[in-house]
Amino acid sequence: MTTESGADSEAKQPQAKKEAEKGKSKAAADPASPQNQPEQLPAAVGHSTPARKEQEQQEEDQESHRSSTSRLSRSPLRGVKKVKMMQCKIALLDGSDYSVNVEKRAKGQVLFDKVCEHLNLLEKDYFGITYRDVESQKNWLDPSKELKKQIRNGPWNFSFNVKFYPPDPSQLREDLTRYYLCLQLRDDVVSGRLPCSFATHTLLGSYTVQSELGDYDLDELGSDYISEIRFAPNQTKELEEKVMELHKTYKGMTPAEAEIHFLENAKKLSMYGVDLHHAKLVGNLYESLAPAEGEDSEGVEIMLGVCASGLLIYRDRLRINRFAWPKILKISYKRNNFYIKIRPGEFEQFESTIGFKLPNHRAAKRLWKVCVEHHTFFRLVSPEAPPKKFLSLGSKFRYSGRTQAQTRRASAQIARPAPLFERSSSKRYNMSRSLDGAPITENHETPVKGSAADGAPKVIAKEDIITTVTTEKKAEEENAEQEDAQEVAAETASTTPLRHDTKDSEPPPEVVKHQTNISELKRSFLETGSNGGCGAPGLTEWEKRLSSSPLRSPRSDEAPMIEPLELQDAKDEQTKQEVGPKDTVAAAGFLVKYVADSVVTDGARSSGPHGISLSTTMDDDVFVDGTLREEAGGKTPDSQEEEEEASDKSATKVSPGAVRQEVSQAITDKKGTLIIFKQAENKEDEETSEKEGLAETDGIEEQKRQASRKAEIKNGDVSQTRGVDSPKKAMASWISEEKVESSEFVGVFTQEVEELKTLDEPQQKAEGIQPKSSPTHVTVSASLAVSAPGWVSPSHKASADQEKAVVVTENEAESPKPKAPDGVEVTAKDVPVVHTETKTITYESAEVDTNGDADPGVLLSAQTITSETTSTTTTTHITKTVKGGISETRIEKRIVITGDADIDHDEALAQAIKEAKEQHPDMSVTKVVVHKETEITPEEGED
Amino acid sequence: MANMCPYGRFTHAVVRGIPETFGKTAGEGRENGEVTVDQAKAQRQFGCLTGALRQKVGLQLIEIPPDPELPESWRVEDVAVIQGDTALITRPFKQQRRSEADAVRRVMSELNLTVVEMGDEQGDSGGATLEGSDVLFTGREFFVGISSHTNRRGAEVLADTFRDFAVSTVPVCGGARLKNFCSMGGPDTIIISNGDGAKKTLRMMEQLTDHHYDVLTVPEESAANCIYVRGPSKRDFLLHRPAEECPDSVSAFQKLPDYTLLPTACSEASKLGASLSSLCLLVNRKHTYF
Repeated sequence: MTTESGADSEAKQPQAKKEAEKGKSKAAADPASPQNQPEQLPAAVGHSTPARKEQEQQEEDQESHRSSTSRLSRSPLRGVKKVKMMQCKIALLDGSDYSVNVEKRAKGQVLFDKVCEHLNLLEKDYFGITYRDVESQKNWLDPSKELKKQIRNGPWNFSFNVKFYPPDPSQLREDLTRYYLCLQLRDDVVSGRLPCSFATHTLLGSYTVQSELGDYDLDELGSDYISEIRFAPNQTKELEEKVMELHKTYKGMTPAEAEIHFLENAKKLSMYGVDLHHAKLVGNLYESLAPAEGEDSEGVEIMLGVCASGLLIYRDRLRINRFAWPKILKISYKRNNFYIKIRPGEFEQFESTIGFKLPNHRAAKRLWKVCVEHHTFFRLVSPEAPPKKFLSLGSKFRYSGRTQAQTRRASAQIARPAPLFERSSSKRYNMSRSLDGAPITENHETPVKGSAADGAPKVIAKEDIITTVTTEKKAEEENAEQEDAQEVAAETASTTPLRHDTKDSEPPPEVVKHQTNISELKRSFLETGSNGGCGAPGLTEWEKRLSSSPLRSPRSDEAPMIEPLELQDAKDEQTKQEVGPKDTVAAAGFLVKYVADSVVTDGARSSGPHGISLSTTMDDDVFVDGTLREEAGGKTPDSQEEEEEASDKSATKVSPGAVRQEVSQAITDKKGTLIIFKQAENKEDEETSEKEGLAETDGIEEQKRQASRKAEIKNGDVSQTRGVDSPKKAMASWISEEKVESSEFVGVFTQEVEELKTLDEPQQKAEGIQPKSSPTHVTVSASLAVSAPGWVSPSHKASADQEKAVVVTENEAESPKPKAPDGVEVTAKDVPVVHTETKTITYESAEVDTNGDADPGVLLSAQTITSETTSTTTTTHITKTVKGGISETRIEKRIVITGDADIDHDEALAQAIKEAKEQHPDMSVTKVVVHKETEITPEEGED
Repeated sequence: MANMCPYGRFTHAVVRGIPETFGKTAGEGRENGEVTVDQAKAQRQFGCLTGALRQKVGLQLIEIPPDPELPESWRVEDVAVIQGDTALITRPFKQQRRSEADAVRRVMSELNLTVVEMGDEQGDSGGATLEGSDVLFTGREFFVGISSHTNRRGAEVLADTFRDFAVSTVPVCGGARLKNFCSMGGPDTIIISNGDGAKKTLRMMEQLTDHHYDVLTVPEESAANCIYVRGPSKRDFLLHRPAEECPDSVSAFQKLPDYTLLPTACSEASKLGASLSSLCLLVNRKHTYF
């Protein structure tokens, strides 16, 4: 829904001016931006008037270039930098404009990043920047290309928009992201791009009001407050009254909740996220029409709608055909024409190509690009590499951003406290702003219930909490690698024609053969232009195979008497199956998901059976054809969860190496006081043996036994701590308790180790690990980086210093895959007590002294942050102390995972650990203690 | 969106009695050509249907008295398409049927539904025809059969009325209407006959939809038209043609888990090209809009 110019433009105009002025003063204050504000100003206005003549724009632009250069030469900064800066004006979703300077030769990405930074947006892959071309058509800015080359002579004016509408917005990680999505959708609705019924206008409007103005309050709002906000293209009094009626019923609903409701409703609209393009049918290609329409289709005006699930064809308001991505073998464009090659149907022998005539070449290319991007984003696991130049005559364009799968995984890593933001009674939608226009801010006092998890008192100085180094590049590299691996897996799975059957088992060997074909297929799918005709030779073989397999056909027309939604179910089942045994094992007694190593194990898991299932899931999501659409489209919450879960898992996959490493490191530092309990489930371990190292499996059984035994013994202590329900209350007693406990541990540890050693020599490592696990049981709480007064400190000292930057990570776990092999090495090594990793992460914790720290030091500060989601409550407790001139920061994180057996605790735990780790990359995990309770009461996993 | 709820939640049924002119189609009489219908039997069957809807399923029944002047007025399904709180009064293909809408319109208003008209013959929707028996609403989207009674213009009006939903057009082969060979058999279940025409239509529906439906195929065409209601007690009711009328299909319905099957005869109406669903309009006045 992005190509159509919105009705918002008029509304925006005055705003634009105002903003431009604002921008001017801002820029004036900024010496580094010697921009020509006055010249830019009219350009901004021009931007918001789509009909503005190209000439004019060009003039303005030239003018601005000129003056910008001349000013630059006068600039005092001349000597320092010769880089030409350009001012970009970006219309934001709330109707305001944002001005930013970028180098003239900067690429799109630079601008995009700046805008996202300005917006404090982490989940940015759903968004993009548009500019208007000479025909006043909206185009997506290609992040990999220079701005200048894209906008050509146009003004440096842009707007920030949602590019890929997430099929399930509830899966977005942050409220902030949802807020921006809401703003976009409101614009879509008001401009008519997203048609909806009166009832829906009412409903969406009421949530809008709630999120922007808060609770209905006659005294404060007056009776006419509602007519200041726009809800619908033609807003009537009746609509406003209905909106108000509903608004009254929302008392207590937080803005974030209102937005979730808004999105839940908006996403079901049939035109949600559909990007429409005008076109005409070429030739009498009845395939593109329902046969009923077939009479004389030549030249019929239609609309092509690109969306997450495929390509929709509309004639007027009627959907007359639809091609799910899997049905499309190839998309291409040539001159004004856009072609899709369709996989042959069940009874057809050959694929067919359908052509559409676009208004002009640019429109055809634009449509093609949007298709490529949507297909990649929603269907692929990772983006396609652009073709080598000499191989392809067509466009080299490929979607270079993250795919939905990637971005979900990435956003699962976002660990910052939900950012505070202002819902700026978005100006654009207000007809006028009267009264006290105090912006609505998130009400953090309101206890959050249910899914609207914007944790309560997270207001507390973020500076202290989050120290994350955004190693963007690194993360991306990792991603890439990880993706590769995954993609292979996914492809493997996806090629399996009998995917229902194979899902739970290993893919048959022959599948592997298909892999290359798939890549070919994909490659040619994206091929453009000249070889757009019929079948690239290399493909036909594959295509035939695909099409000849009845199971491959998207919909079996041979409808069975009743077709269950089995895929979905199967998937669920499958997951349960996998989870099931684990749970049982865990429940058996060693709930104690081994300490830090739980992460490791988790990694193992994800690459084990889960790994496979994951890729299968991915596969479903990505490659599978029509029948699966529902899931793929993500419309079903379940499948979404599934996916999410999948992505989580895959994310975890990366981490084990590093985490373990760190833990090991920490352990070493502690001189063996802290030991990892390696409790890999056999099953999984088998699957991942190459990765995990063989030695470990042996010890496990033993460990388990030990662990459970220990657990029992220590149960008494445990309950004591656990007894405190409210995290806050718990806080008070927590610290002290912790200390006591930890000192206890030390004792325990040593004891254990000895005991174990006598037991089983060859399993040294395992044993070494063991002790740790047992205290685990005891503690009930996992403290990240620190807890016991003694051994925590060394690493902390180091980290305490570094801890300051409030950067937010939006990238993947910073536990690089490359490290995983190291992990293996480590494991394989026959280190007594601990495995050490010497590579990469270097801790400055040189001296390790366990004893001297008995002195509690001077408490500088202590803070507690609690956040919760549906199933987890995270309590972070940060204490800063000074001991003998050395300041130490301890962060204890207690995560209570509540829920019934369906929750994958291991998963959640691993996630939590990883998150914690990312949140404090500078600190080391010194201790992770897990207590898992599977009794009458809901389970708790704490770390 | 506001209107989205699983198919089958209804509170009211609107029916119209069988007039003594039953089967005597004014004018052309194309549809009943040679067939002889038993008007008394039709009335009995009608009584059974309404009885089942009221007593078994538990719907509130609103019965519009028959009008001898309107011999086809019992086919109330044709004259309105209802979704959520909106009733679109259709424009049936046959000119002489259009006055059937008057009584239905009144009832719709009484039920507090927002009544939408298709407009005059002269207006934007000029030439548009639409009959409810060509409209399959699945709870998630509309399929409009392009048939001899319903044209694309009519479907456009429908799409314009129910804007939240995707409205897809599908071909209906032969002289039939869409719902002659398919109907909803549950929130996500489409019952459809396995005739060639039906298969073709089904294929198109599957291609056009964003959702996945279970498909229950029945060997007899007339068996594919059922009335599904999820009753107030959360039970699934399916009114279907009895074994006498569709001997081969009854076993198929038994595959529906935990359904209360209500065999309902409809042989006389069927002779005139109607089916079970033709006889009633289902309304949900309690739909939880919000």
